[in-house]
Amino acid sequence: MTKKFGYKTALRNVDIFLQEGDSLALFGPNGAGKSTLIQVLCSLLPPTSGSVRIAGYEAGQDREALHQIIGLIAHQTFLYPHLTAYENLQFYGTMYGVARVNDRIAEVLDLVGLSGYRNDTVQNFSRGMQQRLSIGRAVIHDPMVIFLDEPFTGLDQQGSKDFIKLILQFRDQGKTVIMASHQLHLGIELCNRAAILKSGNIVYLQDVAGIAEKEFNQIYAQQVGEDMLPLKVA
Amino acid sequence: MKRTQTLWIPFQLLTYVLMLAALYAIFFFAPVEKTMGVIQKIFYIHVPAAFLAYLAFFITFMASILYLYRKDSKWDTVAHCAVETGVIFCTIVLITGPIWAKPVWNVWWTWDPRLTTTLILWFTYVAYLMLRRSVKENQRANLSAVFGIIGFINVPITFFSIRLWRTIHPVIITSRGINMSWPMKLSLLITFIAFCFLFFSVLISRIRLEQLKMRIEEINDTMDDMNIGLAQKLVKGI
Amino acid sequence: MKFVHQLEAIIWKDFISEFRTKEMILSMCLFSFLVLIIFNFAFGSSINLDRGMIAGILWVAFVFSGLTGLGRSFNLERDRGTLQGLILCPVSPWTIFLAKLIGVFLFTTVMEIFTIFIFSVLYNATVLPFLVPLGLIVFLGTLGFTAIGTIFSAISATAKARDVLLSILFFPISVPVIIASVKSTAIILNGKSFQMIFPWLKILVAFDLIFLLVSYLTFAYILEE
Repeated sequence: MTKKFGYKTALRNVDIFLQEGDSLALFGPNGAGKSTLIQVLCSLLPPTSGSVRIAGYEAGQDREALHQIIGLIAHQTFLYPHLTAYENLQFYGTMYGVARVNDRIAEVLDLVGLSGYRNDTVQNFSRGMQQRLSIGRAVIHDPMVIFLDEPFTGLDQQGSKDFIKLILQFRDQGKTVIMASHQLHLGIELCNRAAILKSGNIVYLQDVAGIAEKEFNQIYAQQVGEDMLPLKVA
Repeated sequence: MKRTQTLWIPFQLLTYVLMLAALYAIFFFAPVEKTMGVIQKIFYIHVPAAFLAYLAFFITFMASILYLYRKDSKWDTVAHCAVETGVIFCTIVLITGPIWAKPVWNVWWTWDPRLTTTLILWFTYVAYLMLRRSVKENQRANLSAVFGIIGFINVPITFFSIRLWRTIHPVIITSRGINMSWPMKLSLLITFIAFCFLFFSVLISRIRLEQLKMRIEEINDTMDDMNIGLAQKLVKGI
Repeated sequence: MKFVHQLEAIIWKDFISEFRTKEMILSMCLFSFLVLIIFNFAFGSSINLDRGMIAGILWVAFVFSGLTGLGRSFNLERDRGTLQGLILCPVSPWTIFLAKLIGVFLFTTVMEIFTIFIFSVLYNATVLPFLVPLGLIVFLGTLGFTAIGTIFSAISATAKARDVLLSILFFPISVPVIIASVKSTAIILNGKSFQMIFPWLKILVAFDLIFLLVSYLTFAYILEE
């Protein structure tokens, strides 16, 4: 699939195939097109040519069916500041047609560790808490595929640790995870495949299960032409 | 463009000739009207311009629908070029109207349904152009098309509502009818045809200009794309 | 059924947000109050103005104040990025449009009730005996201008000079609604019979139906990127 904005090509002949249960880490320097790729995969942006198909649903044609099975966690939280945590989840739960919404909300709040803040308005939450609630919002409808766009930005140590646990949980549940990140070591730890995007082209796409961090660092430096010092989370 | 090029030049020459013929018809051939005097001759410009102003917006309406249906940017180009051409002709109508009205009826403006609807049409055109200037490029064609459709549908509704309004208020001028002798009818016909050619000349020129602009942009952006690739290769030392 | 639940959810969400901040409703009511006062000074403060003129003043207050509310309905969503969150849901664009329309319509109606009250005091207009026909006109007229206002609010939400663009797009298209609403209101306030406003009501109904249909057919394109 190719994505152009006007005559500027943001993504060139991107061709990715994933099995259910796979997890893909998407790396690349800033401006490589990672966010654009995720937006096209979520059918938020239409591709200029080519197509996106998830679980048989084609982005563009089966938009609503597609949205029912995917969840997106991005830099924006998609939360309504004047509503409480409960109300935000209730809203999205209803929009996704979740059955037994109240039970599911309690489950999700528990999952992200915000049960105590159920009735507090989101505008009073810290960035980390908002991010956590956003995760809850993204999975309230139990999607098959979860997209993450630079999810570790703005999270402190503990927050990152909890988030890693969650992603591993999603993987265990058999969900397909696609994560764009700058954290090389986390990416290869959490995902079984990795892709490197450079100026809109996929320059690397392999299975990386079990690969050593140092080795991947080298591969990345080779492809991108710069060395990326991984930011370590203890 | 090469194929149509051979038709285009004769078309423009024909337009030029017809406009000259029209000017001759207006100033020398058509008789001076008894009651209104020379000023009546503005009518020969006013009527075709009005017809073409509305035709232009109809073209925009059809092109907008085709754009939303086909997503071919060619239709978006036609739509907005038609609006630009239409504004010109609409402005001509709105200026020639009062120039005629003042000496004949002693008022610059009447709120009669046709003139007022044309004024609203003019505003709708201008709003369309402002819309195009203000929104981001990736949404511009979509949003313009929607407004083009809404704007055109609004025209008949506006006309009827103003007409209903005017039947309640006392109307200053009751009729615009003119009894026309055959030389006048012939002059009108010549001018009408000439203006139609003029309209399409201007419209097509504008469309060609726009297509050239888009082609230049395409070349520039493709070169930029290639340059980025080239620069990266140089950095990597290949 | 899902459509209804989703519609309810969006309306409820907007309603609760507004209820907690009261931003929109307060500014709308204050603005319409201001408009009524300014027009009094503009027309030389005669106590018994022509009914036709005060009908015009009333609708100017409604429309200008309604525009401030309309401006906010999509702008906040775009600014906070929540519009993308909404688009990500399995919801049809027309559901979003209808929910926004109903929300703005209800808030505008609240403002209009307040305005009519202030109006009847400031301009000594007897309104109570005409409540039913007046209510009908206000309903149809408000539906008309909030419908096109919602479409244009969505269109202008990403633009640079948002509010100005909204006004520029809005006014030429709202001409039929304004003419029909003002004229029929004037007829009613003058105590004339209900039948005299039928032609105007027909125009209002036609306008409302046509533009609701157009929005149904085109709203998806407005949200597309």
